[in-house]
Parts: sequence; structure tokens; C-alpha cells
Amino acid sequence: MNKETVQQTPTYLEEFKRKGYSRKDFLKFCTLMAAYLGLENAAIGQVVKAMTVKPRLPVIWLHFQECTCCSESFIRSSHPIVADVLLDQISLDYSETLMAASGFQAEEAMKNTMTKYKGEYILCVEGSVPTAADGVYCMIGGKTSMQILEEAAEGAKAVIAWGSCASNGCVQAAKPNPTSATPIHKLLKGKPIIKVPGCPPIGEVMAGVIVHVVTFGRLPELDGLGRPKAFYSKRVHDTCYRRPYYDAGLYVESFDDDNAKKGYCLYKVGCKGPSTYNACGVTKWNNGVSFPIQSGHGCFGCSEENYWDNGRIYERASAFPGFGIEATADQVGKVALGVTAVALGAHAVMTNVRKRKLIKGLEKEGKDSEHELKD
Amino acid sequence: MATQKSTVHKLRRVYVWEQPVRIYHWLNALVIIVLIATGFYIADPLVIQSGKEPSQRFVMGWVRLIHFIASYIFFFNFLFRIYWGFVGNKYANWKQFIPTSRKFFKEMWHVFKMDILMLRGKEHMSVGHNAMAGFIYFFTFLAFLVQCLTGFGLYASMSTSWFPKLFSWVPAMFGGDIFLRQVHHWTMWFFILFAVIHVYLVFYHDYVEGRGEMSSMGGGWKFIEEDVFTHNKELPNAPKS
Repeated sequence: MNKETVQQTPTYLEEFKRKGYSRKDFLKFCTLMAAYLGLENAAIGQVVKAMTVKPRLPVIWLHFQECTCCSESFIRSSHPIVADVLLDQISLDYSETLMAASGFQAEEAMKNTMTKYKGEYILCVEGSVPTAADGVYCMIGGKTSMQILEEAAEGAKAVIAWGSCASNGCVQAAKPNPTSATPIHKLLKGKPIIKVPGCPPIGEVMAGVIVHVVTFGRLPELDGLGRPKAFYSKRVHDTCYRRPYYDAGLYVESFDDDNAKKGYCLYKVGCKGPSTYNACGVTKWNNGVSFPIQSGHGCFGCSEENYWDNGRIYERASAFPGFGIEATADQVGKVALGVTAVALGAHAVMTNVRKRKLIKGLEKEGKDSEHELKD
Repeated sequence: MATQKSTVHKLRRVYVWEQPVRIYHWLNALVIIVLIATGFYIADPLVIQSGKEPSQRFVMGWVRLIHFIASYIFFFNFLFRIYWGFVGNKYANWKQFIPTSRKFFKEMWHVFKMDILMLRGKEHMSVGHNAMAGFIYFFTFLAFLVQCLTGFGLYASMSTSWFPKLFSWVPAMFGGDIFLRQVHHWTMWFFILFAVIHVYLVFYHDYVEGRGEMSSMGGGWKFIEEDVFTHNKELPNAPKS
């Protein structure tokens, strides 16, 4: 099937129809995507047009060190077209998880896409690349993931780093990072890279990124960290429905207290919403049903860099490096303050001992002057 | 009391800390106290009970507002001090803080021997900052810079004002807000430790020098021995015998 679709390159609409979707479904999908992308009303037409006339975007989807949660999230995004069609229709010429082909055929399909659509195809990468021990920790078809990535990136128009693994390294890059798991942007130079972090990223966000590329023929606007601004410009905290409790100073103190029942802010039980940039508060998960905070659990910042090592999940306290995982900055600070106080006390005592003559001299000088003064 | 020939120093009034430096100093002290207090609350809010409905409360909102206002004052006060390092008197000059000669390090070593190791020898007494103090202040300026960068960097994404937005490159450089926030928190402890040692040393210098160290940041005067002027040297003779 892969070979066939590569040759025919039908448009998105044709593909939707072939899959049995009505035009109404198609329009709904376009409207939904435009909304997620934050486009204005007038741009819906643009999305519809692009989907109608543009040939399917050839995509190679690579899986390295990851858990496939990104793919799982993607195929569960809210609109069926996203799940059913977009994944197929982006002409996923190669994806270990979802393609029908295997072995030689699969490799062949990938090679075909790479040669036929050189400079055209989008390379999606799920997972990080281990660089330790020459990359033997992740090998597919006799090649290390580094080799596969380099080959595939060569002719790619752009690279999308799906999820926290590809964007930041995620759990396998957490200390001590035995395989030297490395995010994509540190390995590829000179290619436009879109980071779509999250563990996993929201399915609608993933679909939105691809629809944007198809509709406008270019990458979405990215922020300083290379993430699409449409989805990652706001903190979870800024769009959180519990935010008013934060501002009011009303917090859940422990998970089973009265405040938790009242739905107060989860800040003090470790919510990382104030430091996390994602669309969870708006787009939510599972067809917009809920998101972690709505379910009573703080955000743990899965779309932020190095979130496994940056402090604890259920505390706001800032960990202090070099003093063991249990030491917080405040504990270290208090001990340092105590040590300082003791040292200063000792110094004060020593001053009176060692500089006795000096001090006595000053005292004498002062007293003599005092005596000299007559009222 | 026997010998009236004790070394009675004639002291001369020297204008060490100019008024802008004094204003800078006390404004900085006030603002840092406010920033630390509000910062602790923001990091780990106390439970504040009240009968008010949540919609009538804005505790965290106010605390953060105060923190942000104070941070603006802190930043521009800091900028002013850097400016004054170029136009102020010699005791305010940037060369007091950044070593530019071997003499600076020699003096630092001397201060270390006399004031920290408490070795016996010629006392070292500077009119303005001694080299060691100046060098430590240089680190406080670096800490100021770190706090401004991390603080406004964290503030950038939640503000609509152009000024914090100037710092939006900071989170990108540090790899996100979580780490940035931690650096901001750690550096605060440097301020606390610095303040404690700083206040102690002001007492110490006042005690062993008797030149009005404590009041100098009030009126700007220090009282320097005549010998220093006549012999044109920094080291007045320590009391004999």
C-alpha cells in the first residue's frame, strides 16, 4: 500500500472520501483544526482549500528510544479523521508502529520515499537517540538510530520532534542517562526542527502542527525553544480553571484535605503548571474530557525540559544539586545560615582575643578624650 | 590612665559615601528584604485563614504584585549603581570591585590574613571598601544580575509589558522555567547569607577601627586619622605596646 500511495499521491480530500468520510465530516475536521491552530474564521477556507487541492504530505515517522505514547496519543485525538485518516493520509510511508509492511518491504518503502520525495518529505521522530557505545542501545534493521536519523534527515524538508523524548530526552535522558539519550535538535544541524514536547503531546496539537504545515506550506511560528507558539506560548497555569484559587491564596495542603474537595489550587502539592508551557488547560485530553489538574492531580511538567530531574513531583521545593536528592534549597540554605552564624560568633570571640591590644587602645584613646573634656 | 602619651589620633572627616550611594544602599536593602519576604511566600505560601469568599480574596495576587514592583525598583536601582560606578567618587568607582592590578590581590591576601586568619601584623584599614569587601561586592553584583535575568525571564511570558519581554530569551537559554525558578530560589539564599555577614562585618569594622563605619552609610562620613593624610598611606600605626 505504501508504494502505491507514494506513486498516486492523492489529495487529502480524495483520501478522506476513499476512507468513507462525508464532505460534512471533512469540513468539521478543517474547522476543528483551524480552531486548534488559533486561526481566525476566514482562514478555515484556506485550510479547506489546502486539504482539497494539495497532495498528501509524504511523511517518514521514526521510532527510537520511546514508549510509543506519542503515536497512541495521536491516534486518539478527538476527531475521527485525525485518528483514522490523518495518520494514514499524511501518507505515513514508514512508521514501525502503524505500517502494514515489515522487514524488507518496510525498508524499501522508506527508501522510496526518501529518494522520490527528496527535499519534500517531513521527518517525524519519536524518541531520543542513544549515543553511548556507538549507539548500540537502539538499533533497527542492523543500523543504529543515529545512522537512520542522519540518512532520513538528509532529504527531509523539516523535522518534527514528537514528544519529550525527541525534544528534550525525557526519562531515558534523566540522570544518570546510561545510554546518553540525546534529543534530536542536538544531533541534527541545519534542518528546521519543530519540537512538540509532552509525554505524550496532546493528539490535537500533533494533528494541528501537521495541518499547519500542509495548509500554509511552511513551519508554524516557533518560540525560543523551538515549540509552535500556537500551543506552547501559554503556561498551563495561565489557562488553568483553578487559577483564581491560586491568586486568592487558597491551596490544597494535602491530597485528602477539605481544600482538595473544594477544588483549590494544587500549587503546594507540587503542581508544575506555573512553569509548564502547554495547551492542556484549553485543549484538554481524551476528547476534551479532562486534564490532570481537573482530575485533582498537579501538572508535573511533562512537556518541560529535564522535568524528571528538576525537583520532585509532589513538592514545589527546589532541589539543590550536590546535596542528595532529599535536600531542598531551603534546607541547605538554613544549614548554611546556621554555619555562618556559628562562624561569625567564633570570629567575634577571636576578634576580642587576637585584636585585644588594638581594641584596648581604641578604648583608652576614647576614655582619655572623654576625661579631657570638661563639661 | 597613667601615660597621657597614649596615641590620641586626630581624626579628619572624609566624605566617603555620597548621597546617591547612600540612597542606593538603603533602597536596595529595603527592596531586597521585600523581595525575599514576598519570594518566600510565593515559593511556599502560608495558610492564611479568613472568612472571605475566594472571589473576595487576592492574597497571592497582591504578594506577587509587590514582588514585581519591588523587582522593577531593584533593577533600575542596580542600573543606577552601575552608572554611578563611572561618575561617582573614587570609593564608588568600579575599580573598587573589579581587580585591575596585582595590588588589588595583594591587599585582598593581606585582609584575609589580618581579618579572617587573625594573624598578627600590620593592621589593614581602608577608607572605602577594602579589596576583599570590594571583590565580594562584585559577586553580589553578579548575583543581582542573575536575579534580574532569571526573575524577569520568568516574568516575561506572563506579562504583556515590553520590558519583561526583553528577557524572554532567558528561559530559552536555561531550558525552561522549572530550572530558571530554581536558580532564582538558590540565588536568593546567597543574598540572605551575604546580608548576615555584611551586617556583622559592619559591626566588626566599627569595633576594631573606631572610624564610624556604622554611621557612614547614614551621613556619608568616615573619620580618618590625620597620619593617613600626612604620611599619605593607608596604614595608620596600630597602638603601640
